[in-house]
Amino acid sequence: MTDFDITSKERDGMAPHGTKVGLLRVLGPAHVWALGVGIVLVGEYMGWNFAVGKGGAYAALIACWFAGLLYSCVAMIDSEVTSTVAAAGGQYTQAKHIVGPLMAFNVGLYLVFAYTMLEAANAITVGFLIDTVAVMSGHEGLDQRPFIVLAIMFLAWLNYRGVLATLTFSLVITAIAFSAILILFLATSPVFGGDVLQHRALMTDLPYGWLGILAAMHFGLWYYLGIEGTTQAAEEVRSPARALPFGTLAGIMTLLIAATLTWYVCVGLMPWEYLGQSGVPLFDAARMSGSTGLMVLLGIGTLFATLASANGCINDASRAWFAMGRDHYLPSWFGAVHPKYRTPYRSIIFLVPIALIFALGAPLDQVITFSILSGLLEYTFMPINVILFRRKWPLDAIKRGYEHPFHPLPALVLLCLCGIAYFAVFLGYGTQLVAMIAFYIVVSLWFHFWRYRFVRRAAQFTMPWPRPQGY
Amino acid sequence: MDIWNILEYVAWAASAAFGLIIVADWLRTDSTYSEDVLMSSREGELEAMTEEHKI
Repeated sequence: MTDFDITSKERDGMAPHGTKVGLLRVLGPAHVWALGVGIVLVGEYMGWNFAVGKGGAYAALIACWFAGLLYSCVAMIDSEVTSTVAAAGGQYTQAKHIVGPLMAFNVGLYLVFAYTMLEAANAITVGFLIDTVAVMSGHEGLDQRPFIVLAIMFLAWLNYRGVLATLTFSLVITAIAFSAILILFLATSPVFGGDVLQHRALMTDLPYGWLGILAAMHFGLWYYLGIEGTTQAAEEVRSPARALPFGTLAGIMTLLIAATLTWYVCVGLMPWEYLGQSGVPLFDAARMSGSTGLMVLLGIGTLFATLASANGCINDASRAWFAMGRDHYLPSWFGAVHPKYRTPYRSIIFLVPIALIFALGAPLDQVITFSILSGLLEYTFMPINVILFRRKWPLDAIKRGYEHPFHPLPALVLLCLCGIAYFAVFLGYGTQLVAMIAFYIVVSLWFHFWRYRFVRRAAQFTMPWPRPQGY
Repeated sequence: MDIWNILEYVAWAASAAFGLIIVADWLRTDSTYSEDVLMSSREGELEAMTEEHKI
């Protein structure tokens, strides 16, 4: 513990650098878990099954495990670094401290794009789900737009009003959505007396061979895409060193279980040709189980998973945008904190119309592809980041809340898996991948030659870290 | 007009209400507090207050 007095004039009464209004430290490990799992769980309810369409049921399982390995590396690396860099912005702030300003600017944009696109995709899905319910009740031609707009506006309002209520809401609906998957598994499992699963009749060999497994990798990411979002809570958890690793690692374990159970139940109820094209595979699985109760439960689970994901995305995108504004990487106006609700309210407001434009004006598959590509670029940064972190601040130089094992093996595995995922994405969405990289090159040039002159270079590093080795 | 048509109007109205609440509070906050206060947040407070990062 330090021996200085935080109430002294040098500390301005509240904090070391003149902070009068800052983000509120009210969250615990359960909120961190809810933030990470809440963003991701929608991927179990829809999206992952396109991996089945690309390469069959076994290809989807192999993609599930490979992607699980990739994200386990992500979770371990993130847990170590973010338990030390406990500030809003997550990977953006990590990049700023460990790699450099240009990397940080790019990572910040990856984060905002990935989460805002995912938020828009979730809002589109809410509209689709409500339309499905309307059709089932006999109403054709529902206007989905008011429900898409309402989802975004309600969640933006919730985020505006405070992080504790926002993530407690996420915690409740995420827990219900996860429990629905468990109940579906238990109700259909032969272990508990059910006899509806038909694995023996439905499972086939790889219909497209090993190339199908490679193509399935793209959609295998959906099982876990977004777990790295836990780091954005770093400035709002009561105990970052404990809560962030605990919440993140519990989150990836939850998702590994949920992904495997989802695959097992779905491929046991539907032939791969149908499952590979289903819009809502878990809901369809519940319908095919013949139980009305399960159908209602999984319908609610689908809606809750979608809302939890959009909610977490608003939270995370606004923190990344806020942190960049606070450091003058973007106009500093975005770095404001609400004096009553203690949220980055200007960043939340600014991102609302952007999410609305994409939700109302762009096709779902394009929106999600841009989200995945931004995420993939972010994962590629992580191994570089952790290798530099360990080199500049070895274990005996700075305290960590968690030390990930077998370094540098997880970083190298992550780098290799990212390479495979790039190739898989290139096979299906090569044009978008090239366009996305071209966009980031252009904005990097803008940042380097114009924007960086507004950054107060010393003021952006306010953590009391020791000098890095070699500097 | 069935229940779904009514729900469409309710959703539009609720969206507008949430938007108005946010914008009204935003304008009120910006006019009540100085920019110095609103933008005084700095990263790394907890570390500086509780830890020295020495082992």
